[in-house]
Amino acid sequence: MIEALGYEFFRSALLTGLLASIVCGIIGSYVVVKHMISISGGISHAAFGGIGLGYLLGIDPLTGAFIFTVGVAGVVWGLMERAKQHIDTLIGAIWAGGMAFGILCISLTPGYTPDLFSYLFGNILLVPPDHLVLIFLLGLVIIVLVTALYPALQAVAFDQEYATISGLPTRGLNLLILVLIAITVVVLIQVVGIILVIALLTLPPAIARPFSRTLRGLMVISTGVSMMLTTTGIFLSWIFDIPSGSSIILFGVLVYLVVTCAHIFCSLKNRNVPFLIHK
Amino acid sequence: MITSEPILEIRDLQVSYGNMVILDSVYLTIGREDFYAVIGPNGGGKTTLIRAILGLVPIDNGEILLFSRPADTEGRSQIGYVPQYHTFDFQFPITVREMVLTGRIGRRGGLFSRYSPADYQAADRALSRIGAASLALRPIADLSGGERQRVLIARALAGEPEFLILDEPTVFVDTPTENQFYELLTTLSHEVTILMITHDIGVVSRHVNRVACLNRRLYQHESEHLTADMISKTYGCPVDLITHGEIPHRVLAKHEDES
Repeated sequence: MIEALGYEFFRSALLTGLLASIVCGIIGSYVVVKHMISISGGISHAAFGGIGLGYLLGIDPLTGAFIFTVGVAGVVWGLMERAKQHIDTLIGAIWAGGMAFGILCISLTPGYTPDLFSYLFGNILLVPPDHLVLIFLLGLVIIVLVTALYPALQAVAFDQEYATISGLPTRGLNLLILVLIAITVVVLIQVVGIILVIALLTLPPAIARPFSRTLRGLMVISTGVSMMLTTTGIFLSWIFDIPSGSSIILFGVLVYLVVTCAHIFCSLKNRNVPFLIHK
Repeated sequence: MITSEPILEIRDLQVSYGNMVILDSVYLTIGREDFYAVIGPNGGGKTTLIRAILGLVPIDNGEILLFSRPADTEGRSQIGYVPQYHTFDFQFPITVREMVLTGRIGRRGGLFSRYSPADYQAADRALSRIGAASLALRPIADLSGGERQRVLIARALAGEPEFLILDEPTVFVDTPTENQFYELLTTLSHEVTILMITHDIGVVSRHVNRVACLNRRLYQHESEHLTADMISKTYGCPVDLITHGEIPHRVLAKHEDES
């Protein structure tokens, strides 16, 4: 196991996992407490449409994905502010529509068919060094922005209406978060894939939730949990020779189940529910 | 009746959703000394009235003045708002003190400012005010129904408002807590103007000094006197006030019909 650390690509995979954890731990915590998981799912799947469009137009697929996904985030934002009730349905349409559009574009592209599978699950073991720098910079931007705007972001996530009445630019802050989600997704697609991005956004905060009393705490603990999941997942992938995306996600789901069961068991014990007493 | 300096003036307000008129030619004036209750049936437009005052719904017609000026962000920042309890996600990871602090969010210097020591002091004062200083470090998820309701008021008080608006504050609260709660509001009403929305007719006459009934139109009354006629007009059917028998009644004057 230790001998794996001797390989350059393995060390770089671990580092990628740690950097991606910072980005996902912070944004993911916000997404979870503000109930924006389906919105993030929609945006990240729509990114697939951007990749397809990139191939069709003959430009770099990730550049295509970047422009397209940020555009979708803007559309979602516009819909969110107007059609509050039916946002779930609209997200479903964007989710499926984005993927279908991507596949259509790729089928229309002459020449060879790219490996779409790698965009869904990525390959953390094959990350180019310049991409690592990009993830590092994104992480830095997110840390600075979220730290600087923390009171405002916390107020908007907790009670958007009250924040609006208090004079905060809630619409602008929502747009900022959606664009950050879009950028996060695109930067991480090549590394961990669309599916793993959503897993890294949602699983760590879900695991960290019972141990967090504040949003700040949730962000820090989620980042730590995410680092633990990716590192363990990469080692598992090496040991058992399985795809890294799957091993990270499945290990995360396992930890989530254990934590949730333990949490339910503890709260049952503390509450002294009647059926336990009368036995 | 002597009318004190007006805090809120609403003139000929009309609000509708699609084709449905929710509020129709509503006139309402609330003075600085008032502890004002608006009662009315569900769907009568009570919450919409509050949302219009807070600028959360577009208005079709009419004007709303806060502190004698057209309502704007600055005027609204002087309002402490206590929304309906069940609209909240109490599972949100936040401590009581941090939540009460968010009541100061509009009082900081700018978008990037942090909360100042003065903000923390105001939050702690607000918590002491409602007798919940000991709850400060608890996560809001651990609070009981009554505690949550009081903490919502503390958040509104933390902004040191001149005008407190409460939307159905006692819906999920049991009766002893409710009594305590109204005692608290009565005490507060000596310092801030209060507008409270409720469907609880019984409790109104004991604590508030002015009452209006709202069911699309607003029937404003000149004093605390609540008449059976006024209520039946609002609810569209006779309402038996005697059912609130254990409550000491005030004299119910005849209501002069305005329409």
